[in-house]
Amino acid sequence: MKRASKIYTVLIMLFLFAPIAILILFSFNGQNSKTVLDGFSFHWYEELFVDTVTLEAVRNTLILAVIAALVSTVMGTAAAVGIFRLRSKYLRAALDTVTNVPMINPDIITGISLMLMFAFVGRLMGLANSLSFWTMLIAHITFCLPYVILQVLPKLQQMDKSLPEAAMDLGCTPLRTFFKVEVPELLPGILTGLIMAFTLSLDDFVISYFTKGNDFETLPIRIYNMTKKPVTPKMYALATIIFFVILALLTLSNLIDSDTDKAIKEAKKAKKAKKAKKRNTVKEAKT
Amino acid sequence: MNKIIELKNITKAFDGEVVLDNINLDIYDNEFLTLLGPSGCGKTTTLRIIGGFETADVGDVIFLGERINNVPPYKRNVNTVFQRYALFPHLNVFENVAFPLREKRVPKAEINERVNEMLKLVALSGFEKRSVNSLSGGQQQRVAIARALVSKPKVLLLDEPLAALDLKLRKDMQQELKKIQKATGITFVFVTHDQEEALSMSDTVVVMSEGRIQQIGTPVDIYNEPTNAFVADFIGESNILDGVMLRDKKVSFAGHVFDCVDFGFEPKEPVDVVVRPEDVDIVPEEKGMLKGVVTSVTFLGVHYEIIVDINGFKWMIQTTDFWDVDEHIGLYIEPDAIHIMKKSEYSGMFGDYSSFSMELDEIGELEQENLEELGELTEQDEPEAAESERSE
Repeated sequence: MKRASKIYTVLIMLFLFAPIAILILFSFNGQNSKTVLDGFSFHWYEELFVDTVTLEAVRNTLILAVIAALVSTVMGTAAAVGIFRLRSKYLRAALDTVTNVPMINPDIITGISLMLMFAFVGRLMGLANSLSFWTMLIAHITFCLPYVILQVLPKLQQMDKSLPEAAMDLGCTPLRTFFKVEVPELLPGILTGLIMAFTLSLDDFVISYFTKGNDFETLPIRIYNMTKKPVTPKMYALATIIFFVILALLTLSNLIDSDTDKAIKEAKKAKKAKKAKKRNTVKEAKT
Repeated sequence: MNKIIELKNITKAFDGEVVLDNINLDIYDNEFLTLLGPSGCGKTTTLRIIGGFETADVGDVIFLGERINNVPPYKRNVNTVFQRYALFPHLNVFENVAFPLREKRVPKAEINERVNEMLKLVALSGFEKRSVNSLSGGQQQRVAIARALVSKPKVLLLDEPLAALDLKLRKDMQQELKKIQKATGITFVFVTHDQEEALSMSDTVVVMSEGRIQQIGTPVDIYNEPTNAFVADFIGESNILDGVMLRDKKVSFAGHVFDCVDFGFEPKEPVDVVVRPEDVDIVPEEKGMLKGVVTSVTFLGVHYEIIVDINGFKWMIQTTDFWDVDEHIGLYIEPDAIHIMKKSEYSGMFGDYSSFSMELDEIGELEQENLEELGELTEQDEPEAAESERSE
């Protein structure tokens, strides 16, 4: 039984990661082929780093992701606090549901609806070309927001309610209480939200595609445009780099999350050690 | 003595349910005052109104002659020790205690001096750099007290601060709190449901029930002269009987006329009569004012607690002599052992031991407290525990 489950796990891992492994493998291929591996080389990486259009797209993507992540983190944290402080249970439940809608909504619908809105509002404002960097930024903030709220809200609910009261009792105004006591308590949630927003913005294609302006191209859109022509292994190199960046961010956010549970884990460890000790002494007593 | 805080006609309701009903209370300088009552009696709400975390629907809170109804907590010269301490987990012991001083922009040298002085007062010198999560419950408690006292408030509010400690530690902390109060001269307002704690620590005890103050007095007054059946029953053990005041210093109850020391009642006025279990003397049956049969005996170390059936009413009596079940005994009661109370809404609800079971009593109390106060905690703990079991 145990063996079967091990084999099953290996199969699942293989299934999940085989395509990426092959992609990484082919990014180091010596020649331009999808089927034949011919020696190890950094050729495609070199070629990637002289492709100024792609590099420009990388730069755009990073600018967009950083701004969208920061703005949505601030807004999302504020929104989470607002929802948490609502007195009416029903209103709170309703808002909770509403914030979840953009997450469940298919990207393509979010994309089309945002495009439509930008075009409509742009026309009302008398703009010739309503889509630009700014519309894309607004779109990215929009779809990142619920994820930030989803990370921060549970941390608020877990927080001991007497902590902010204690701070106010000791002379903090509500605003200072928020920054000096509540933010440090919420920080793991806020940071995870920030990283999530950053990665989401980084790899979004569908919504970006609908809301982009003519003069601003992000990396996913650039890759999509390139695939219309024959794909060169340069793209494999790029995809490999993106994969590792995302992996690093994911690891980081998991580390932050586990950091908060550290105290609990340490307590568990101590308990285990105690139990083991007990077991040992019992064993000794028996022998 | 100066009045520090006056509560005037305080009424408060949550969702239409009245939790405080016309509370009037004066709190004096340098006193140790305890709000005592069962859970849900409004004692914590009273404390939160003084602290500024709740506002009264009706009535005024007066602080040193000034109305402070709408003054927020951070502007009140009153600090609180919370039930679960509410220490800031991201700050170490020193920074927790220094927190209120940093807020007030006290110079650094003075902060150092005052924090160290406070840590010395609560016997935590040398713990400055420790993380508050690494401290035991008792130590966290001391940090919370030091943090609340360091800015020298006029009044310290303590919300059941000892409830989470084990019995031995609780006794030590009671002594220590009393000592700290004497040393600092700060007025303490202490909330508890533990009558023993209230009697042993306080200068003034305020007994509360169902959102109303039942009695205010010194521990001795409260014990010896309870105003009604609720107080008599809640503080210590009491046999409470229906009686009739024949005239001054003569009362009839349990089918016998007794001499007593109370007076000032109408002739033939129905009253509640309190007799404490330790004030009854057991004599041979023929010499007794009242005669009865022992129905149960419990050994409690210092004394026995026996239940005696007298004409269907079960008395609790504490005695150092052993009496067996079914023995016939007589009771003798001194005039000053009898306490007469006016009839109240609580008459007839307490003081009969016919359904008495000590274990049930205690379990019920514990369960209620635990459920209410630690409900959240256990909810979080349980999956945790299950998980650790699985991993082992």
